[in-house]
Amino acid sequence: MPDIDKITEGELLPVREFRPDAVQLFLYNAALWNAHRIHFDHPYATGVEDHAGLVVAGPLLGDWLTQCALDWLGDSGRLLSFEYSNRKLSYVGEVLRSEGKVLSVDRARSEVTLELAIRNQSGEVTTPGTAVVRFDRA
Amino acid sequence: MGTTLDPGLLVRIGSSTPPQTEVVTRRDIRKYAIATGQRLRKYLDGDEAPPTFHVALFWPVAALPELRPDGVAVDELFPEIPGKRPLAGGLKIEFHRPIRPGDVLTSTRTLTGIYEKQGATGPLVFMEVVMQVVNANREPVLTEKTTRILK
Repeated sequence: MPDIDKITEGELLPVREFRPDAVQLFLYNAALWNAHRIHFDHPYATGVEDHAGLVVAGPLLGDWLTQCALDWLGDSGRLLSFEYSNRKLSYVGEVLRSEGKVLSVDRARSEVTLELAIRNQSGEVTTPGTAVVRFDRA
Repeated sequence: MGTTLDPGLLVRIGSSTPPQTEVVTRRDIRKYAIATGQRLRKYLDGDEAPPTFHVALFWPVAALPELRPDGVAVDELFPEIPGKRPLAGGLKIEFHRPIRPGDVLTSTRTLTGIYEKQGATGPLVFMEVVMQVVNANREPVLTEKTTRILK
């Protein structure tokens, strides 16, 4: 668990690797009730919409950014705000990783601003984001 | 700077969807937590919903005839612009209180803005929709702003 009195700007959050597959995409989109064929119909995704494969859902990548922050934060506090954008598509078969960095620490408010990203195996940031977390006061 | 946006489009700013009320269940939280690869016990056990759970909770439960051939349900709040297609979009969420099983939540979505910006390869149209989620006591649970970019 991080201690807000010891966190420094630039500190890195643990990296996590993701290998999204068709089963996870199916479960995710079923949980939403999202029937967009690009997530489960390979001939359609590649033949009709010209994708390189099954498209990993953008909001799922956004969720992984929140997990990057919360896996680090644990039970020390909570997420106050979060923003991200999907800049580049990712496909099933790619190896993705989430990463994060402490951008600023506001000890008076017990708040930490984090820079977050999903990066693909070419090293490109596909999904940049930021989050603000608040530590519970002791 | 002038805009080339159709005035018929701009009058839609301020329009809202009817409020949508949903009951949060432990089962739905658990399914969402598993599908997203959660690691934290409170989410996997369904004691609390992960931060992005509302995406699933309020996704429209469209009937089969409402789905287009590509499987997508048309979002009537976002106006379509002939000749333009959606590009990347972004999301900003403010969390006011946690979501737990048994919560009865109501969401209202409002089209708050349509504006144009000059991109490197031509004009881009930005559309913003704000979703307000409140609990049964009308207390704020979260506010989400989605920006959709059309090229």
